[in-house]
Amino acid sequence: MKILILIGNVPDTTTKVKFNADRTAFDASGVQWIINPWDELALTRAMELKETSGGAVEAVVVANVGRAETEATLRKALAIGADKAIRIDADPKEAGYVASQLATIAAGYDLIMAGIEAADYNGNAVGGMLAEMLGMNSVSAVSGIQIENGQLKINREIDGGSQVVGLPMPLVAIVQKGIAKEPRIPAMRGIMMARSKPLEVVQPIDAAPMTNMVTFEMPPAKAACKMIAEDQAKDLIHLLRDEAKVL
Amino acid sequence: MSVLIYTENWDGKFKKVSFELASYAATVAKAMQLPVIALSLGPVDDSELSKLSAYGVSHIMKNSDERFNTLDNQAIAKAIALAAEKVKATLIVLAHNNLGKAVAPRLAVRQKAGMVSAVHGLPFSYDPFTVKKMVFTGKAFSHAVIHSGVKVITLASNSFGLVENKVDFAPEAFETGLGDADFVTRIEQTNKITGKVLLNDADIVVSGGRGMKSGDNWGQLEELANLLGAGTACSRPVSDEGWRPHSEHVGQTGKIIAPNLYFAFGISGAIQHLGGVSSSKIIVAVNKDPDAPIFEAADYGIAGDVFKVLPQFIEAVKEVKSNG
Ligand SMILES: Cc1cc2nc3c(=O)[nH]c(=O)nc-3n(C[C@H](O)[C@H](O)[C@H](O)COP(=O)(O)OP(=O)(O)OC[C@H]3O[C@@H](n4cnc5c(N)ncnc54)[C@H](O)[C@@H]3O)c2cc1C
Ligand SMILES: Nc1ncnc2c1ncn2[C@@H]1O[C@H](COP(=O)(O)O)[C@@H](O)[C@H]1O
Repeated sequence: MKILILIGNVPDTTTKVKFNADRTAFDASGVQWIINPWDELALTRAMELKETSGGAVEAVVVANVGRAETEATLRKALAIGADKAIRIDADPKEAGYVASQLATIAAGYDLIMAGIEAADYNGNAVGGMLAEMLGMNSVSAVSGIQIENGQLKINREIDGGSQVVGLPMPLVAIVQKGIAKEPRIPAMRGIMMARSKPLEVVQPIDAAPMTNMVTFEMPPAKAACKMIAEDQAKDLIHLLRDEAKVL
Repeated sequence: MSVLIYTENWDGKFKKVSFELASYAATVAKAMQLPVIALSLGPVDDSELSKLSAYGVSHIMKNSDERFNTLDNQAIAKAIALAAEKVKATLIVLAHNNLGKAVAPRLAVRQKAGMVSAVHGLPFSYDPFTVKKMVFTGKAFSHAVIHSGVKVITLASNSFGLVENKVDFAPEAFETGLGDADFVTRIEQTNKITGKVLLNDADIVVSGGRGMKSGDNWGQLEELANLLGAGTACSRPVSDEGWRPHSEHVGQTGKIIAPNLYFAFGISGAIQHLGGVSSSKIIVAVNKDPDAPIFEAADYGIAGDVFKVLPQFIEAVKEVKSNG
């Protein structure tokens, strides 16, 4: 079984979001880039499966659509334990464009894992789009994956509960909270080994983006918080009813 | 040409999100001078379907195939695509919930459509088709343009609201022609959360953080939630500690919610937490540290002890309720 993990390269989650002066683009100055948190958990789970499946998982490959500066992120994925990285050398313009690029290298895997959303533009799209492009099955909101007798057993969240489901491979699993507990931190040995692991650079294909973001805005500034004294807490409930009108 | 909405059902019933979708699509379709059509998949009674017509949707395509209850992503995407072709949908709207997020991208590829998720409210313009979309997990919004002829969007819940507009109702049977091979998801087990207000449906959410000190201290918080008909939520460390179930975790790596009213008890207001709740209409914070960042996001606050404030809140809500 071969596993492919789609890796988004995103600003660190504590980044204070800023835009350029005319608000047409994200201002990346001083930003720390990380593996998209869901993708990091997906990779962690893939490594666990590789280690515990008694040889059922032959290889874990990671792939990213991005320019040369994302290679640090891919090297980290290799340090965590991936066997090989693929970078498609293009700006990740939008979900459809990214999925079209990934479709050129994603055939032949039994399991592809994508995150439910990238922490920057929250597209919620690449995994599902890639599945449809490749004619693969997909399952979303995945919070657990086990291999049992060579079959995948999947936990997924549904609105109002959770389910255990089975789906045949090849499969795209779109993962979220729960897929692994904590992201794996690369050990010194992993970092050393990552240097000699293959990082293949692939040229992009032509694909027309169908959406683009023209401007950005910050959420409206909140009025100052109205403070109520601790021993007057009841007044706050009255304000919620009479002033805010939410009770 | 038309505007198509996919109205998911839960055991044959619709929820507020379904009616918000109907209200939204009816309003958008009017502006685009197009008819609005709802698609319902899986067994739903006509009396339930008719509820959509209270929000401006008269034309409903229904297919009662039970196999759709498996929430099979590929079969549902195929069925919506077939319906979209039939009614020549140029705009397809789904809810921004688990199933909507799962199906919309597949549908977009099938229809050669550009897709934008987590759309907030009405489009800014219809030509070019420009919508407001949440980005950076609620820290900002973008104005996103969809260039393709067919467009797919998912609507962020509570970003538009309900618009009542009763119209005549005419359901129409819709055949999909899907075979067993189209349904590949085998359900082995389902665990439903029962007897609780679900977080994504809740108008009011009562949430606790590490300041609650222990999972054993949730009694008053739950009492307040019960009195208010509210859902309960928590910060990430609380679910990591096992004080509360993971399904209650809100924030960047948990659920993203937008209730009318959000109570944060003993939550510091870390940026990753705020990402999941900052679209709430009104935020109330109780924290003993007056400099806690949660107060920058809050509308009302008390710099005080949760255990002193909770009993007063409970009493006040009881009074407010008994006075009608
Ligand atoms: C990649 C990443 C993703 C993350 N995702 C999320 C997420 O999705 N959701 C999330 O919540 N967090 C998330 N976090 C964690 C986040 O950074 C914070 O650590 C977390 O939100 C803090 O939780 P808290 O406010 O409950 O606890 P604390 O930060 O410990 O705050 C407790 C607060 O309670 C107050 N307090 C203590 N006792 C009392 C009392 N008796 N009365 C009143 N107030 C009291 C204190 O003053 C303090 O402000 C994430 C972190 C990372 C790195
Ligand atoms: N540029 C990219 N390269 C590789 N994978 C990506 C890229 N962008 C997004 N993904 C994958 O798609 C998931 C969802 O991203 P999105 O649809 O952009 O919200 C991410 O969690 C990644 O797994």
